Amino acid sequence: MKNMKKMNKMTRDNLITYLMVFVLFLVMQILVSSGNVSSLLQGLLVPLCAYIILAVSLNLTVGILGELSLGHAGFMCVGAFTSAFFSKCMVNTIPIAGVRYFLALLIGAAAAGICGILVGIPVLRLKGDYLAIVTLAFGEIIKNIMNILFIGRDSAGFHFSTTDARALGLLEDGEIIINGPQGITGTPKDSTFAVGVILIFVTLFIVLNLIHSRSGRAIMSIRDNRIAAESVGINITKYKLMAFSVSAALAGVAGVIYAHNLANLMAQPKNFGYNMSIMILVFVVLGGIGNIRGSVIAAIILTLLPELLRGLNDYRMLIYAVVFIAMMLFNWSPKAIAWREKYAAKLKRGKKKEV
Amino acid sequence: MSFISYLINGISLGSVYAIIALGYTMVYGIAKMLNFAHGDVIMIGAYVVMTAVTGMGLPPAAAILIAVIFCTVLGIVIESVAYRPLLNAASSLAVLITAIGVSYLLQNIALLVFGANTISFPNVLSIPALSLAGGELTITGEAFITIVSCIVIMIALTLFIHKSKAGQAMLAVSEDKGAAQLMGINVNGTIALTFAIGSALAAIAGVLLCSAYPTLTPYTGAMPGIKAFVAAVFGGIGSIPGAFIGGLLLGIIEVFGKAYISSQMADAIVFGVLILILIVKPTGILGKNIQEKV
Amino acid sequence: MALLEVNNLGISFGGLRAVNEFHLKIEKGCLYGLIGPNGAGKTTVFNLLTGVYKPDEGVILLDGEKMIGKKTIEINKAGIARTFQNIRLFNDLSVKDNVKVGLHNHFKYSALEGIFRLPKYFKMEKAMDERAMELLSVFDLDKEADTLASNLPYGKQRKLEITRALATEPKLLLLDEPAAGMNPNETQELMETIRLIRDKFDMTILLIEHDMKLVSGICEELTVLNFGEVLAEGKASDVLNNPEVIKAYIGE
Repeated sequence: MKNMKKMNKMTRDNLITYLMVFVLFLVMQILVSSGNVSSLLQGLLVPLCAYIILAVSLNLTVGILGELSLGHAGFMCVGAFTSAFFSKCMVNTIPIAGVRYFLALLIGAAAAGICGILVGIPVLRLKGDYLAIVTLAFGEIIKNIMNILFIGRDSAGFHFSTTDARALGLLEDGEIIINGPQGITGTPKDSTFAVGVILIFVTLFIVLNLIHSRSGRAIMSIRDNRIAAESVGINITKYKLMAFSVSAALAGVAGVIYAHNLANLMAQPKNFGYNMSIMILVFVVLGGIGNIRGSVIAAIILTLLPELLRGLNDYRMLIYAVVFIAMMLFNWSPKAIAWREKYAAKLKRGKKKEV
Repeated sequence: MSFISYLINGISLGSVYAIIALGYTMVYGIAKMLNFAHGDVIMIGAYVVMTAVTGMGLPPAAAILIAVIFCTVLGIVIESVAYRPLLNAASSLAVLITAIGVSYLLQNIALLVFGANTISFPNVLSIPALSLAGGELTITGEAFITIVSCIVIMIALTLFIHKSKAGQAMLAVSEDKGAAQLMGINVNGTIALTFAIGSALAAIAGVLLCSAYPTLTPYTGAMPGIKAFVAAVFGGIGSIPGAFIGGLLLGIIEVFGKAYISSQMADAIVFGVLILILIVKPTGILGKNIQEKV
Repeated sequence: MALLEVNNLGISFGGLRAVNEFHLKIEKGCLYGLIGPNGAGKTTVFNLLTGVYKPDEGVILLDGEKMIGKKTIEINKAGIARTFQNIRLFNDLSVKDNVKVGLHNHFKYSALEGIFRLPKYFKMEKAMDERAMELLSVFDLDKEADTLASNLPYGKQRKLEITRALATEPKLLLLDEPAAGMNPNETQELMETIRLIRDKFDMTILLIEHDMKLVSGICEELTVLNFGEVLAEGKASDVLNNPEVIKAYIGE
């Protein structure tokens, strides 16, 4: 009987998360269709879906596996570019957008997942914060490579170069697909808010179900005590790699959403660089490390907050930074936590007296 | 001769990285935190020098002194307001993320005060170029000063840590905070002192960096900050000679990578070498290997 | 054949000989004690037995199977489970989930079956839940099944660690100072628990302990370690009356 209760609590928790996303989706849809949302905010909806997926997937690495990653945007970048490359090449071959997008998703996720494994195999064997540093380096390398890569296609096949577009030597019927720093232009804009929300559900489904399974317990046992996990026969490398590569593949999915929403996909510091990785990490930490629903909420609030503060013009980002630091201190400082608990206890007592 | 001049350029750039990396490594050694706002203190220092020289017409030496004092105070304020409350937080990530918040804050303050436009940095290190080997090899005055400053700082810092009482206290705190406190060391004061020194060094690094590459924006400090962090990891984070060696190596790899392989791939090369080094020697070049006791 | 047979085991740490020519023979079903002054190398022996450290030389046979060169997880799968001197639980997991991690290699289903909630997931999870509750009830922990491990009182944390080790279905259970930090009442209860484990699970147990009351109360055989070497071994009563042993403990 008790087991059933526990089971219910777990599923109920997950259901609340799914329901929350669904209600938010409905509210936004109603607001959009009644014309109550500025075009700027509307433009943010699809990226927001990508950010939510990024935050949830990074939480799998940071909160559940307990390893710090500072290069999550790198995996997003891999997913974005491989899928946009695929979609642009296939735009005429596969005219049905749904099929094309589905294949692009698989390709983006697989490419990012494979990168996750390649980065993870050498690094996850090491103990300590090495994953943080190596992922940071990985993210910068990917961004750098995307800025010097030129790929074109003509009737003779594909051409590659790392210098400039002319070096591709394309025939007259050729077209440039990846144009170095200018990136990929003309990816079909297949991402919509609805598709984004569906993919959020898929991400939540994968991550939440993984956590509440045999593999998830193994992953969390490594986080809590690696030595003890080893002593009861948990294969450390296997489960670390599993969590990290799933996390990377989901970041790839976010990249696919992101890329198929842009007329012009470029690898710049602000979208795929270190700053982006840090922003996602901020979502995770502010939402609560290991708290999946918190990641969703933090991603929504922090993405919309600068837009809501737009009226304050120049002071917007300054206020954002101050609010940010204050929130961190309030959430994490031991003194603030003690004060909050004391205050909460007082409130409780007060209520009891009233009764 | 071009090889030697590249080498000198590399050492000069590496010296700047080394000075910044010292700040990272000292703070990491003592507070066990990665101060991601460190790069932005460099930027603030450079803006202070620029304002003092261009805006107030002060002589360069005075301007640099003001910048050093300003950044020292800034470092202490940041530490006491934003970091100290979180040093004992449940997750060590909390203080790291707060450092990112501080980084945003500093950038946005600079953005408000000085605007987003690129400002050219005044010439504060006016020293004639050295001409060697019958004019075939020249070392710019900035490069010369940078290298000399780095050596002086290294020696001074090493002496300070090993000979002075405050330096010994720093070593003790980095070894074991609790034990140091029991021995009567003012732990909070020592941590603040570490931030003060790191920030003062950042101001100097800002002057050197902006003299070599005389442009200044609110984001000037970000990339050198990350690279210096990489340098600190290269050398073994927490180790002062490690930061020196790591910084120099990084500068040399970057300049050589630009010169001989591909100027656009320089960053990828630097980070690629970092990954290789970490896989071969996980604790960095001079890092200590600490095994968890079972 | 003895369940565990160790011969000529040795390891050095940077010139310091931590364990030297160590030997041990434990028959199946025996309650065996490893005692000795602080720093004698007892925990190092445990770490050698469980593959945390690689010995410089020596032989370890479990049921005739060579253990040297195996990794910790392989040794666990082969049948040695342990607890730790400073308790190592999965603090942010529930009590039941701690045990379920211990059951990891006995109730298997793949990650994909877990993510997509295929029938095998439900079947295996149900079986794991039942087995975990069964084990927990033996140690009177079933009422706290949903509590976070870190919220358990100290004595129960020790018990949970033992439960988790037993969940891996070992042939040999190693307990590293199970009574450390316990008051006499708790120690008394622990002695009963250890006897219960031996009888109910038909377990062979090797334990490190300082509490002489516990050692003389439950251990049938003893090995005394001093400066990394075997000082005495044999029947508990004989060993405890051995003048050499008394000298090592109390001094001249």
